[in-house]
Amino acid sequence: MTDRWKLLRSILIVAAAVALIALPFVAAMLGSTYAITLATRLLIYAMVATGLNLILGYGGLVSFGHAAYFGLGGYTVAILAFHLGEGTSILGFPGTNEALVAWPLAMVVSGLAALVFGALSLRTSGVYFIMITLAFAQMTYYVFVALKYYGGDDGLSLARRNTLGGARIVDAQTFYFVCLALLALVIGVVQRMTVSRFGMVLSGARADERRMMAIGYSPYRYRLTAFVIAGMTAGLGGALWANLARFVSPDMMAWTKSGDFLAMAILGGLTSIAGPVIGAAAFILIESTLSGLTEYWQVIFGPIVVAVALFAPRGLWGMLAGKQER
Amino acid sequence: MELFIEQSLNGLQLGLTIFLLAAGLTLVFGIMGVINLAHGSLFMVGAYGAALTAAKTGSWILGIAGGLAASALTGFLVEVAIVRRLYHRDHLYQVLATFGLILFFNGLVALLVGRAPLLMETPKALSGFVEILPGIPYPTYRLAVMAVGLTVALGLWLFIARTRTGMLIRAGSTNRSMVAALGVDIGRLYTLVFSLGAMLAGLAGLMVGPIRSVQIGMGEQVLILTFLVIVIGGIGSIRGAFVGSILIGLVDTLGRAYLPSLFKVFLTGSIADGLAGTLSSILIYLVMAVVLVVRPRGLFPVSE
Repeated sequence: MTDRWKLLRSILIVAAAVALIALPFVAAMLGSTYAITLATRLLIYAMVATGLNLILGYGGLVSFGHAAYFGLGGYTVAILAFHLGEGTSILGFPGTNEALVAWPLAMVVSGLAALVFGALSLRTSGVYFIMITLAFAQMTYYVFVALKYYGGDDGLSLARRNTLGGARIVDAQTFYFVCLALLALVIGVVQRMTVSRFGMVLSGARADERRMMAIGYSPYRYRLTAFVIAGMTAGLGGALWANLARFVSPDMMAWTKSGDFLAMAILGGLTSIAGPVIGAAAFILIESTLSGLTEYWQVIFGPIVVAVALFAPRGLWGMLAGKQER
Repeated sequence: MELFIEQSLNGLQLGLTIFLLAAGLTLVFGIMGVINLAHGSLFMVGAYGAALTAAKTGSWILGIAGGLAASALTGFLVEVAIVRRLYHRDHLYQVLATFGLILFFNGLVALLVGRAPLLMETPKALSGFVEILPGIPYPTYRLAVMAVGLTVALGLWLFIARTRTGMLIRAGSTNRSMVAALGVDIGRLYTLVFSLGAMLAGLAGLMVGPIRSVQIGMGEQVLILTFLVIVIGGIGSIRGAFVGSILIGLVDTLGRAYLPSLFKVFLTGSIADGLAGTLSSILIYLVMAVVLVVRPRGLFPVSE
């Protein structure tokens, strides 16, 4: 890594951080609530993509069912709020609208699902892994479609946003900063992980599974741990999404959503911390620009995705970094 | 008893339809190592091709020809333009590229034909009922679909087991560089197999047309069923695809038909309905999970 690239990279990261912090103020000055909602979506997607990148980029495991954990996180928040509204209990506990309870619980629910699905899926590899993760996500999707009590196909609406430590998060700007802080936290944790022994074993197993086993590591446990962490991250993202949209539905778990998450991670560039964030940003900007231009935006968006897969396998960040890294 | 026979036939018919898709998908994977999500789009193209041609010409035979031609041609173009570049790439990029293709085709159909579902009429000659057993009428059209499915399965087996091209396909799936070294134009073989798979997917799509409506997204629902089938059967195995298709077709149809009444034996009305509804929609996924836990490479694993 040359010094010039190091400097450039630092400048880019600082610039991005400044832009993300300044964005809501600029949006408020322009009186644009659309921009701030769009930016919040970006943060949430970036969080999910960052978690996914841990297994996809570092672990080399193509999970095609990541939307399931995203949806489960969202539904956890919505179901707790639903029971609070109805005055009923769920599994003996009352409902709640408190983020400090609901969000960690969303992560636990998604994490547990990832533990079970991951434990089974990781017995396979390659294409089988792709398809079995997809199948588990579809299974979760259909369970929620069939759950008429929680709205089935129509989903659930949330009357209001969660309270955070008792305080209400009323305006879009505050919620944006909550999301930004959590994204920073997630990026920090994932970054620490990738440079730790855990991350090294995970990357090592991707590069050469046999060799890792020969020096005494069992890749399965490391992969499962990474899978669960990615699931929990998606769960947190889903919880935030439920608060942003104030609505959850099985569509959050649709397999096209899993495809979107994959596309974001690859678009930005795998095996880098900045990649998923850039990917999510690019994805949302392209999608919202094109869908503003024409109703048939997929006709343009599809070929862009194809082109990235064919010609830019290292993603936007990878292209920028050129031969500087690795 | 009548219901059971009727539902079993429906299950078989669903299974044979899925087989047409699964055969192509599993061949493409087995021989070229490409995972093709856009296979469902080819199914959709076949259905639209047939519905539009039939509506224009008023002839369902021309409709079938139109559907087959549309899907085979689309498959050919997709292989030459995109899939060809993915043979040696990581599965991740194959998934991403073919995912992009799905978006493209869905958008394109919306642009060219519109988002409203098309209705496709059952051909007049096949619109009646046949009494399969005394007192049990069954739609002729569904019987015809089954006959086509079985014929294709048999034809495919003969083609792969008995012809020279079939021999090359088998050889190519075992050791492609060796086949290429022996002077076979492997690129042409790949294009052929991909277009053939596309045509079979289109055939499935155009036959499903009169049973369900022809609409955008019809390919995705059936694609995931097809994935289940080839994972259960063992990716790359035609025999596995056949067994898996029939299994999934029967389990899905019979589960939906019988689970509600089965649950009512033990539970009361609304709970039974809710549970049965949930379980019957995830039953096939449970079947797959069980198969993979017991046999991680499917029922008929293909050695690499």
